[in-house]
Amino acid sequence: MGEGEEQVKVLSQWPSPFAIRVLIGLEEKNVRYESLEENFASKTELLVQMNPIHRKVPVLIHNGKPICESLIILQYIDEVWPGSNSFMPSNPYDRALAKFWADFIDTKFLGTGIHGILKKTGEAQEEGKRYMLEYLGLLEGVLKEFSAGGSKPYFGGEQFGFLDIAFICHTCWFEAMETLGKWKIPWESEFPRLLEWMKKCRERESVHKIFPDPHKILEYAIKFREGYLRSN
Amino acid sequence: MEGCAEEGQVMLLGVDYSPFVVRVRIALALKGIDYDFIQENLQSKSELLQKSNPVHKKIPVLIHNGKPVCESMIIVQYIEEAWDNKAPNLMPKDPYDRAIAHFWAAFIDDKLIPSILGTCRGQGEEQQKAVEESVANLLLFEEVLESTGKTYFGGDEIGLVDIALGGLLVTIQTAMKVTDIVLIETQKMPLLCAWADQFCKDDKVKEALPDRAKLFEIMSARRAKDRNEEVDR
Repeated sequence: MGEGEEQVKVLSQWPSPFAIRVLIGLEEKNVRYESLEENFASKTELLVQMNPIHRKVPVLIHNGKPICESLIILQYIDEVWPGSNSFMPSNPYDRALAKFWADFIDTKFLGTGIHGILKKTGEAQEEGKRYMLEYLGLLEGVLKEFSAGGSKPYFGGEQFGFLDIAFICHTCWFEAMETLGKWKIPWESEFPRLLEWMKKCRERESVHKIFPDPHKILEYAIKFREGYLRSN
Repeated sequence: MEGCAEEGQVMLLGVDYSPFVVRVRIALALKGIDYDFIQENLQSKSELLQKSNPVHKKIPVLIHNGKPVCESMIIVQYIEEAWDNKAPNLMPKDPYDRAIAHFWAAFIDDKLIPSILGTCRGQGEEQQKAVEESVANLLLFEEVLESTGKTYFGGDEIGLVDIALGGLLVTIQTAMKVTDIVLIETQKMPLLCAWADQFCKDDKVKEALPDRAKLFEIMSARRAKDRNEEVDR
């Protein structure tokens, strides 16, 4: 890995949890990169060229070669820049579990939970909240197990790892989600481990640097919701 | 010991006609791993299945030395890693090639499968749109084979993407019979057809493929049911 030879770019959008995920991954590995902000109105030629099939961010461009899909990018970053902090657990079974829960987070938790609140109204939104609480309960249990009963700080145990990075990126949207859903998640009483974990993660330089301002996210989320409800 | 898994009990919970189960069976067959196959009744799921996959309660579930692994492609990757000292290797070594393999496996699950399901379940305009999408998606795989010039997506040997797509082959071919819609035709996709042929003829893969006649019955019945439900609406 030569200095000055390597070119790392990320096609990104500041509120996208998937883009945030990749940027946190690069920061954790101390990789020097350039972040190129895609705008929302139209896709750049570069994005279309680098991700012709999905035309979505994030895209990691490493020495001109594109890698797409944030979880795939995270694994790629871990393999190319192993360093002293592996994102992935060392044994195959724990790796399978980490991938399972990351997939759960991006499909059920995001799709039925977070989007169930951001994109719905009335009873449908209430149902979204119920799912959210159910899924947070599951993840609280997973964290308890993976952190050895809380004796370790992260889903990765001692290591801020793949599953931590996969999940933490969604948490910067939680406040906006609570505001738009006009509710408060009972963190202290129901999900104290997750609450503690979020605090710990936010103290990390990578997360602190990359996380957008919560007010900006709320502003964006309001427009996102209005736009979505208008066209659906 | 990390990655050492020659010993140990392997069970697979599933139904033999599910393409997701077929994927796992192909991987196990390629690696020459012995296992107990537990045929589930999806209308009445076993306690073992519900306990092993409490989140989704779906098949396949691989249980290795008592520990469950869920989601077909996660299971295939687990098999590769837990038996990494057993040939063949299902994943390339180079990180970039690995990322590309993961990309296509994800594409199959996120885009290809939904579009093909759309051809079976949809009707009229909806179905036509699903057919166009499915063909467009399948053409991407034709293009990959064109650009690499290799027999398999994994190169000279069967790899992750071959398993991800190959596991669906009998289901896709049966779906075409049931709906009378051609998705993979030799004229448009000669390389993909050749690949499909080669893949299904492989000795190890053959062991894992579902019974075509049985699958035809199941898919025909399901389609008839869907149509009746449409009419009732």
